[in-house]
Formats: sequence, C-alpha cells, structure tokens
Amino acid sequence: MTDWLQHLLILPILLPLAVGAALIPVDERNRMLKGLFGFASTLAVFVIAVILMRMAANTGSLPARGIYQLGNWPAPFGIVLVLDRLSALMLCLTAGLALAAQAYSMARWHTAGHHFHSLFQFLIAGLNGAFLTGDLFNLFVFFEMMLAASYGLLLHGSGPVRVKAGLHYIAINLAASSLFLIGVSLIYGVTGTLNMADLAAKLATLAPENRQLVETGAAILGIAFLVKAGMWPLSFWLPPAYAAATPPVAAVFAILTKVGIYVIIRLHFLIFGAAAGASAGFGQGWLVAGGMLTIAFGAIGVLASQAMGRLAGYSVLVSSGTLLSAIGLGHGGMLAGALFYLVSSTLTISAFFLLIELVERGRDAGADVLAVTMEAYGDFDEEEEEVGVAIPGTMAVLGLCFCLCAVLLSGLPPLSGFVAKFAILRGLFDMPGTDMATAMSATDWTYVVLLILSGLAAMIAMNRIGIRTFWASIEGTVPRVFVIEITPVVVLLAACIFLSLQAGPAMRYMQATADDLLNPLFQSERVLSAPRTGEQ
Amino acid sequence: MELILSAGIGALTASGVYLLLRPRTYQVIIGLSLLSYAVNLFIFGMGRLRVNAPPVLDPGGVGDLARYTDPVPQALVLTAIVIGFAMTALFLVVLLASRGFTGTDHVDGREQRHD
Repeated sequence: MTDWLQHLLILPILLPLAVGAALIPVDERNRMLKGLFGFASTLAVFVIAVILMRMAANTGSLPARGIYQLGNWPAPFGIVLVLDRLSALMLCLTAGLALAAQAYSMARWHTAGHHFHSLFQFLIAGLNGAFLTGDLFNLFVFFEMMLAASYGLLLHGSGPVRVKAGLHYIAINLAASSLFLIGVSLIYGVTGTLNMADLAAKLATLAPENRQLVETGAAILGIAFLVKAGMWPLSFWLPPAYAAATPPVAAVFAILTKVGIYVIIRLHFLIFGAAAGASAGFGQGWLVAGGMLTIAFGAIGVLASQAMGRLAGYSVLVSSGTLLSAIGLGHGGMLAGALFYLVSSTLTISAFFLLIELVERGRDAGADVLAVTMEAYGDFDEEEEEVGVAIPGTMAVLGLCFCLCAVLLSGLPPLSGFVAKFAILRGLFDMPGTDMATAMSATDWTYVVLLILSGLAAMIAMNRIGIRTFWASIEGTVPRVFVIEITPVVVLLAACIFLSLQAGPAMRYMQATADDLLNPLFQSERVLSAPRTGEQ
Repeated sequence: MELILSAGIGALTASGVYLLLRPRTYQVIIGLSLLSYAVNLFIFGMGRLRVNAPPVLDPGGVGDLARYTDPVPQALVLTAIVIGFAMTALFLVVLLASRGFTGTDHVDGREQRHD
C-alpha cells in the first residue's frame, strides 16, 4: 500500500504526458472525444493534487517523507521530486485552473486549431514537473516543456495578431532560457551540485572567493525567472501576448507568471535564507524595488487600458509586483499573506480572462483587437459546432460575475482579495517585539501606499469598463452564452468566495507553508537523508 | 586553451546579442542560435577543461578521479543542445507564419518608415 502511495508523486507529471501523447494521433474531427479524455486526465490530476495536499498538510503521513527518488538513486546524485506544502498548493491551483479552462474551451475555442488538448496536457505536465522537481537542471527541462506547450497554445487560433505576439513571446523566452542555462551552469561550476537541497547545504560553507561567482549565477538565474514573472522592465511582452491569446489559454497562462514567482520563492528562501551565511538575503533590495516599479507600471497600465484583455494583462503585472516585493521585504509574517494573495489573485485573473470574451461577444465585431482577430480567421459561423444550452438572464449573470471580479481585483471586502491584502499588510505591521512606528522603514510605507493605490486603480478601471459595457452599451445585443462557458467562470469565482469563507483554515495552511520556507535547512536535510526504497 | 575558449564564447555571445536586437526576424533567429552555441560552450567549460581525460570510467579502472573529467556538464550540454535545436525549429515556423501573414520580415510585422 505504501509502495503504491509513493508513486502517487510522479503521476501529476506522467499522466498528462501520456494522455497528451496518446491524443496526438486521434483525428481532429473527434474533438469532443479528445476534450473529454483531456478533461478526465486533468480531473484525475486534480484529485491526486488534492490527496497530495492533504498529505502535505500533515507531513507525518507523507510516504517516504514526500521525496521521490527517480531510479532509486539517493538525493545529491540522482534526480528527486520533492513534495511540500508549497508545491502541493501549486499543483492544486494548476489543476483547478486547467479544469476550468478546458471545460470552457470545449464550447468552441478548441475548434480554432489543431492539437489543442494535447498541448494543454503537455503544459500541465510541464507545470507540475516544475513545481515538483528538487533539481535545478530538471527544473530547466520542465520549464522548457511548459514553454514549448505555451508557444503552441499562444498561437492557437492563429491570425496576424497572435503570430506577432507569439514571435515576441518566443524570442524573449528563448533569450531568457539562455540566461537560465548560464546561471545554472555557473552555480554548478562553483558548487558542483544541481540538487537544490544540497546547494543550500553547500552554500552555507562556501569559500569566500567563490561566493561572488555563485551570487552572479543566482542573479542571472533570477533574471530568467523575473522575465517569466513579468517584473518591470522585463515585462513589456506580457500584456500584448496575454490579450492576444484565446480566452481559455489566457486563463491558464495566469499561472505561468506564478511559476516564475514560485521558483523565486523556492530558491530565495532555500539558497539565500537565514542560514546562507554571508549571502543571506541576497537580491532582496532588487526584488523590492523591481516589485514596486512593477506595481506602479501595472496600475498605470490598468488605468490606461481601453480593451478588457489588456486590463487583465496589466492586472497580472500588478499581482506579480505585489508578490515580488512582498517576498523581497522579507518579513516572516508577510509570506503567508503573500501566498494567500497568490492563490486568490490567480483564480480571479483566470476567471476574468474567461469572462472577458463572453462579455465582449455581444459587442460590435471590430470594436477591439480580439474581435478583429476573430474576424481574421473567421471560422465561428458554424453554429452547430457550439455545444450546450444558452443560459437565461445572460446580462444579469455576466454582470454579477463582472462585479465579483472587480471586487476581487481591487481587494474590497468581503471577498478573498481583501483578505489577502489585509493579511499581507498585517504581516508588515505586526512585527513581534518592536514598536510599529519605529520598525517600519520608508520602503515599507511605500509598499503599503502602492498596494492600496493599485487596488484603487483596479477599481476605477473596472468601474469605467463595467459602466461602458453593461449600462451604456449602445448596441444592445445580448451575447449568446452557454452553460459550459459560464460554469467555469462561476466555479473559479466560487472558489474565491470559498477561500474568503474558509480564510481561517486557509491562512493556517499558508502560515505552515511559510514556516517551512523560512526553515530551509529542515527541508534540505529531509531531502538529503531520505533513504532509498528497500533500505528503510 | 582557456583563453581561446573564453574569447570564442565572448565573440559568439556578442554577435548573438547584436543580431538579437536587429529588426529582421532572420537576424533574430541567427542571433538566438549563436547565443545558444555560446551557452552550450559555457556549460561545457563549467566542467573544467581537461585534455585526455574521458568522462566515463575505463573498464576496471575505478578510483583515481584525477584521470577523469566531470561527466555532468557533458550530459547537461547534450540536453541543452536538443532543447535549443527544437526551440529554434519552432521559432523558424513562427517566423515563416509571420512572414506569410504580414508580407514582411520585420519583427513588428510592418516596415518602419524612413521619411
């Protein structure tokens, strides 16, 4: 029984990979069948992720301590998969978003090109691999797998706007991958290890003359992830690419920026945590400054956006910036809030990306970029391709979902956007053993102001667009929306509401995750001392 | 030997970055290729440069690490080459699609006007 449970850890990677490969030879005319298989696979991954998360929440019940040794080689020599609270959380979030996006795509978007469902499965496999791996080079491989699938998905539906955005997206990411490799090999050249846990242990006892080389390597590596996370000024590619992508793809891309954030959280606390000696806290200042500039840039972009797709793209940047500077400010209490914010904002932005197309469908074709591209390859006249029943009271349902998105994005009470920002700020204000007024630096105050102003910017922009779309709409055409399209949006928003209602248990989980992260040597030891199977 | 390798990596990187910043898609793809060659050589160099030292053990010749070179960077470079090659091929397809849609090889899909 334990043996079987142990292999559960690799299933989130293997299952989508196998299903995705098996779906390639199936004829494109059987799209619904392919879609159903893909959906079933994602559902299975979601169930596994939930089981893993429950096990991770109670570390004692993890089989073989949550370490999976590929080929049964012990940690510093073989490649390991590591499950902890953070990776289990990310697995769950990915699978949840993927389920919603996939259900949505089956209404009509998957007809816009070939191999949508295979690419989608590969993307999930790559994402899950990146979250589970405990090895830097393996991280590169899964990263590339995820990126390769994301190139295909971004181009899904084709058309000049998507190809142009895709061209820029691919060029930027290929350059970032080169930086990734330079960083990884520099770190390997100095420390002689690629295993993250081993790296953390080695770095504490590093010779002073080598320290600068490792820090250079880590900085170059960091730039690769910051490109992915969309830190200003590495983020100009992001809003056009996300706005050009088809809605289900954009919805799942909301988690791609969070992969960058995840790796930065992971490496920052593991390698440059309190135990890293002279390197402790390396790069924090850059994260804080970059994160704040990203919030400012994102908020200005949100205010300036005319089309909803771009607004959502800039909201992704605001979310990234908030997280990056929260990581960089480095107060222990803030981290739990930041993780809560990560989950809440990803769900919200994903739901918003799905909602946008439903709302804009009713508007005059050619009114914005999205409609223009739909015209360009125009195979959407085939009504019989659409499945499901249209919902009654369309505008009321869409309007309600839009309101919820606005409340969540701007962080107003009572929903989880507010809880998340409140938790971040409380962590910032509430430093144990010090007087609040003296302990807060000017940087901390700037962050507080920016966080609140970015919420205000989101609220103004959402109000303006909401009034224009729902109240002052001149066309008066009501879009046809199907149950299968609105359900994923409702489910994602319901997840946010559930998160707000269950904020207590959720925050306890996040706090435990943050405590794990702040104590990296425990984690490191757990990986390095894991016994081989059969030697227990 | 170290000097030649580092000068080579430097020249490749410099040309790669220059081409990457050029406005034609073909220049960008050649730039990315040069950059990936430079990166591959760099990874290789991180295993230290050794002459006449194999990365795999001789049959029966166990022990004495001084006679062998580090096999890990060689394995890494192999993976990096494969992935880099696949990505370049994919980029080439997108480049052609962009050329087909816009009728120009400018990265922005339209010519800049020089009035």
